[in-house]
Amino acid sequence: MIKNRSNIAKVPDCCRAGLISSLLPLLLFALLCLAWPGVIQGRAIQVEMPWIPSLDLSLRFRLDGLSLLFCLIITLAGFFVSLYASSYMAGKQHLGRFFVYLHGFMLAMLGIVTADNLILLFVFWEATTILSYLLIGFDHEDATVRDNARQAILITGAGGLFLLLGILLLKTAGGSMILSQWPGFGDSIREHALYPAIFVCVLVGAMTKSAQIPFHFWLPNAMSAPTPISAFLHAATMVKAGIYLLMRFHPLLGGTHLWMGTLVVVGGITALWGAVQALAPCDLKRILAYTTLMALGIMTLFLGGRSAPSLTAATTFLMVHALYKASLFLAVGSMDHQTGTRDLRHLGGLLPAMPLTALAVAAAALSMAGFPLFFGFIGKEIMYAGALSEDLFPAFSTLAALFSNALMTAVSAVIFITPFLGRRPADMGPVREAPWTMRLGPAVMGGLGIIFGIVPEWVSANLIEPAVFAFHPSREEIRLSLFHGLNLPLLLSMVTLALGTVIYRFREALRAFVKNILARLRVTTPGIYQVILDGFIQMASGFAQRFQNGSLHRYLAVIVLAVVMVTGWPWVAHIPSAFIVPDPRGLIMPTGICLFILAAAGLVVTARRRLVAIGGLGAVGAGVALIFLMFGAPDIALTQLLVETLTVVIVSLVLFRLPPMEGGRKRKGLRKWMDAGLSVSVGVLVTTWLMGILQKPLDRSLTAFFEINSYVAAHGRNIVNVILVDFRSLDTLGEICVVVLAAWAGVALMRSAREG
Amino acid sequence: MQSDILKTATRLMVGLMLVFAVYLLLRGHHEPGGGFIAALVAGTAFALFAVTEGPARVRRAIRLRPSTLAASGLALAAGAGLPALFLDRPYLTGLWWKSGDFSLGTPLIFDVGVFLAVLGSILAVLLALEEN
Repeated sequence: MIKNRSNIAKVPDCCRAGLISSLLPLLLFALLCLAWPGVIQGRAIQVEMPWIPSLDLSLRFRLDGLSLLFCLIITLAGFFVSLYASSYMAGKQHLGRFFVYLHGFMLAMLGIVTADNLILLFVFWEATTILSYLLIGFDHEDATVRDNARQAILITGAGGLFLLLGILLLKTAGGSMILSQWPGFGDSIREHALYPAIFVCVLVGAMTKSAQIPFHFWLPNAMSAPTPISAFLHAATMVKAGIYLLMRFHPLLGGTHLWMGTLVVVGGITALWGAVQALAPCDLKRILAYTTLMALGIMTLFLGGRSAPSLTAATTFLMVHALYKASLFLAVGSMDHQTGTRDLRHLGGLLPAMPLTALAVAAAALSMAGFPLFFGFIGKEIMYAGALSEDLFPAFSTLAALFSNALMTAVSAVIFITPFLGRRPADMGPVREAPWTMRLGPAVMGGLGIIFGIVPEWVSANLIEPAVFAFHPSREEIRLSLFHGLNLPLLLSMVTLALGTVIYRFREALRAFVKNILARLRVTTPGIYQVILDGFIQMASGFAQRFQNGSLHRYLAVIVLAVVMVTGWPWVAHIPSAFIVPDPRGLIMPTGICLFILAAAGLVVTARRRLVAIGGLGAVGAGVALIFLMFGAPDIALTQLLVETLTVVIVSLVLFRLPPMEGGRKRKGLRKWMDAGLSVSVGVLVTTWLMGILQKPLDRSLTAFFEINSYVAAHGRNIVNVILVDFRSLDTLGEICVVVLAAWAGVALMRSAREG
Repeated sequence: MQSDILKTATRLMVGLMLVFAVYLLLRGHHEPGGGFIAALVAGTAFALFAVTEGPARVRRAIRLRPSTLAASGLALAAGAGLPALFLDRPYLTGLWWKSGDFSLGTPLIFDVGVFLAVLGSILAVLLALEEN
């Protein structure tokens, strides 16, 4: 973990790409602020442009209260992260690429939360999956980083497919693709037979993106991303996309027992398990990742409810968490950047060296712990009020929230106390405070945690309520305030703090205990993931070895067999009862040529030497060309003849490099007969097809069309050529593309064979 | 290949075949022929040449790399469809310039593209095989 930072002086303090590009989120944030007053008065901003109307797909964007809240978080975090990264990433390679990915990701996120068309939302959803893969795997030269990035894209990508399936099922069930029509859509989807399937698909999509158990493990591993990315993706934005999805689907799918039961249980378990695991690691970023699991679990749990306090709790905590977690991630990154490590065992006594970062961490950690006067306290109060008001499992919800909050209190103490207070480790060199670009973000976002904690009524009226109203149309007013009176939530808050202190006191024992449990787990989801992944790779390689083993004979046999089976079956079922067999006496020349072809084919099959076989093949081709010529197709005959000539030339070139033909050791009996059977059956099949076609009068309307129009419309008397270069020239263009591609592939193959 | 008869015959043949290929290419719109067939003839000519004189001489003779030839053919064929777009007609619509009995049009450019693409592909494979 300790990296060499001795050359830190040579690295520039910040890079211009980051500074300039951070203006984009800032500008967007300013624009959002202009739209803000209108939106909270209920005037959602909407734009629509047609895209693919036949698929119900339009570029329809809508900014309502919920979208606004998300957009504000995304652009604010985007600004600070970009600013931060301009220093954090300074001197690294591929910075242009980094900032393009970063801002591309931000725009895709904004697309998700403003899209008013479900399919459009899905497009952005996939864009975030791909961009997050590129961002997590940014240090692509490290194999572990690549594995982790792949894990993230496989899991979230699979979830994306589920979401797509859910969207299609929803469409089948008659659901609207317009999100803003969902409140007030009624119970038609909830009562539909497909409802459970739709629910499961949407839920899996949300669970993978928002790292719910059992799909949670990609998130801690994704910490191998550069820290600004972790702060942006894994605290403030991407992992919230699943939460956003659940919020949007709430009026359409929510409120059933299936919804409530599943979300509460999944969320509760994720929250508890995340919070417990947060005690185990020493890497600060991993600790934060597990606390993020806890937060996402809590949000899912509260979205399981249908009461206004419950949904308000989820929304409030979303804000609380985005602010403190982004700030903590950035601050941890600063510590890492300035000291070269983020391992708790090697950190301590940083307060005098990095006072401003310490202050930001303190503010964020206190908010996370839920101390009074901090925004986290407000979030916790409403959480308990929400848990107690839930229809299903209120006791479980309350206890899950209580224990995970208590664990959070302990973890937040660890995050602040261990690195900043206590003794400074001997091996730590001189440490300077991070540059202003890296201090601003944590400070402002940590500071907002205090300001919002002091004026919760303002936040409530201007941010939370408009957001909740967007997906909870009953418009029940839940106002946040600093002091609700002496009630059960306040009592539970006090219990949380006390319990957190106790946990902090016994954290070492607990850490050992958790590590012990983790070590004993036999079946884990990462293990299952690995088994599935290995299985896939094995299956793919087995498949390739079996079907692409390089034996041309086998390829041809498989192709011919498939043709015979697929087309032969229906043909046998519909074969005409009698064929008109043409009288060979009137066709003496063609009959003679056919006999010649047959003889040549016999020569090919029985030849002992390759040269003879190739000669025989050439004779077959020449015979076919003669037939074409005889029936008035000189172009085709010419082409056929030339292709045969060229084939003989090319094959004879290859010939010198091949081992002697199997000739001497004859092919084994059974295989020979199988090949013969296959050849004869494909021959019989094609012959009977042609005879079957001849039973009916030939449709010559196409020929007639081309005969009439060829010269008039295309100035050509050679119909074949006119068709190739004029009437069907797009087809020809496609064909020559294939020819060129095949040639390139062939050349590459030969080159690799020569070098390998 | 060490055969004086083949060598001498090739020298005579190759030139004739290439001229014949151009002839086939140009007359293709009215009589049997066209870009594809012409490319096959030209390809056979170069194949003969390569067999007797070796692939290096063929490379020198055609100057361009076969892949460049193929790519320029594709570009030419694809580009032949563009003028129609400027006249608000569908892509690849044939445009003609007529003077009495003589007419020239974008399909000819297209056919030359086909010729180059196919010839380039044949040469690429042929020369790679010979050099292997």
